[in-house]
Amino acid sequence: MTVAAIPTKSVRAAPSPPPGAMPLALTINGEHHRVEVDPRTTLLDLLRDHLRLTGTKKGCDHGQCGACTVIAGGKRINACLSLALQHDGDKVTTIEGLGTPDRLHPLQAAFVKHDGFQCGYCTPGQICSAVAVLGEIKAGIPSHVSADLTAPMRATNAEVRERMSGNICRCGAYSNIAEAIAEVAAA
Amino acid sequence: MKAFTYERAKSPAAAAAAVAGQPGAKFLAGGTNLLDLMKLQIETPTHLVDVQDLKLDRIEPTADGGLRVGAFVSNTALAADARVRRDYAVLTRAIVAGASGQLRNKATTAGNLLQRTRCPYFYDTNQPCNKRRPGSGCAALGGYSRQLAVIGTSDACIATYPGDMAVALRVLDAGVETIDAHGAARTILLAEFHHSPGDTPHLETALAPGELITAVTLPPPVGGHHVYRKVRDRASYAFALVSVAAIIQPDGSGRVAFGGVAPKPWRSDAADAALPEGATAVTARAFADARPTADNKFKIALATRTLAATIAQARPA
Ligand SMILES: Cc1cc2nc3c(=O)[nH]c(=O)nc-3n(C[C@H](O)[C@H](O)[C@H](O)COP(=O)(O)OP(=O)(O)OC[C@H]3O[C@@H](n4cnc5c(N)ncnc54)[C@H](O)[C@@H]3O)c2cc1C
Ligand code: SF4
Ligand code: FES
Ligand code: FES
Repeated sequence: MTVAAIPTKSVRAAPSPPPGAMPLALTINGEHHRVEVDPRTTLLDLLRDHLRLTGTKKGCDHGQCGACTVIAGGKRINACLSLALQHDGDKVTTIEGLGTPDRLHPLQAAFVKHDGFQCGYCTPGQICSAVAVLGEIKAGIPSHVSADLTAPMRATNAEVRERMSGNICRCGAYSNIAEAIAEVAAA
Repeated sequence: MKAFTYERAKSPAAAAAAVAGQPGAKFLAGGTNLLDLMKLQIETPTHLVDVQDLKLDRIEPTADGGLRVGAFVSNTALAADARVRRDYAVLTRAIVAGASGQLRNKATTAGNLLQRTRCPYFYDTNQPCNKRRPGSGCAALGGYSRQLAVIGTSDACIATYPGDMAVALRVLDAGVETIDAHGAARTILLAEFHHSPGDTPHLETALAPGELITAVTLPPPVGGHHVYRKVRDRASYAFALVSVAAIIQPDGSGRVAFGGVAPKPWRSDAADAALPEGATAVTARAFADARPTADNKFKIALATRTLAATIAQARPA
């Protein structure tokens, strides 16, 4: 009996590009991609529907929930409010690029340890956002709760909560999310 | 979204010419407001001219000791600039009080200035709205108007200008530098940038079709204590019900502008002059001509209290 090999990555025949499609090239999680997209395609839909990187989630599709947070050009953004074409030449990191099941990113490990989720839908966005938040604090970017705008920024509970306010968790796992981030910030 | 074509312009004049030369064309900056509205088919451009390659992403000193902020500088970069934090803190405070970290990373200086109203009836395409569909009427007038404007409105539209950054720019007496399709440059004072609705609420700014914002200029620093206070329905990631941007000098004089109350950042000389007399005197002047609805008249009392807290915060300890 022969067993058909199950491809670890599904390889789909590229659908023929729609009329008016435009080419773009970008690097996602270190892998180079060349695609042709209808100009209406958002970065989020490119990731999920064209490249099958479904770790990044679609919650609201209007910038109101943070489920689609990815890191593009070193900055966290909402992939739902960005056209794929705006990212021609960019480097993008998604949750799939941060860690793997056997080599978790420290924030992924901390979310598991502290139970920073219930249903898990918001989690990829929370973790991508948190990775960037710690970078923003290190870079001295101020927030709404920073008392002194000219002093170095610190990853206090109040700072982390304010900076993470663009990521909604419908399950209300906020206090555990804050603990997970605090542990990594202190490490 | 309706179908559109897309291009990346190579120079400011080429971008302006591309938009001016094609009816239905629009500039695309961060996209955080425009794409949102395109998904709802409130905006239906047929061509987008992306301005990201125009090299308008620098903050540089001006000859008179102020700053010139490129139109494409992100909200995060502007708020974090060391010169802005030191000399124009009200601007940093206003920016970080708005939206979320993700949105501020993508949003740009020009796009922020040009963000459109959050009137719920503007967003609901089943409702009449003179701003969205000129001449169709205004559903907000007899509707739910808690978030809407109390002053500067008209019988055609009572929407607010929703942004935070522009309220700070108003107290800073900022200017908006533009270039048109023929390469002609001009500066529009922020005070004259946003229009009152009158009979034409769909015409929101002083920009001509195809006119590109290239920069926002800040006059030399004026010192004083800089405060931005924003009152909203939750502590973060929400638009203002009322906000106050103020620069208050040690002798109690200063400048003040209000957000969330009018179709533009709301400031007047008479209100500024009353600052040493306290909050009640200021808002009595600033809101003398107010025409609130039953739903939103609370905003006037809220503005007085928010300003009182602002003045207390600015008082030397
Ligand atoms: C969930 C959510 C919450 C938000 N909360 C807040 C808040 O609390 N406070 C606040 O102030 N804002 C808030 N915002 C709005 C946000 O600040 C704006 O979406 C953003 O600033 C727009 O900038 P942009 O560069 O993305 O603009 P775009 O969406 O790219 O453009 C907006 C408009 O500006 C025009 N434009 C862009 N650049 C130029 C140029 N150089 N010259 C001429 N025209 C130009 C475009 O054609 C378009 O009409 C929120 C947005 C969202 C989605
Ligand atoms: S207030 Fe203005 S934006 Fe709102 S429904 Fe009326 S016309 Fe439209
Ligand atoms: S899906 Fe992008 S913010 Fe909700
Ligand atoms: S874990 Fe369910 S939405 Fe956050």
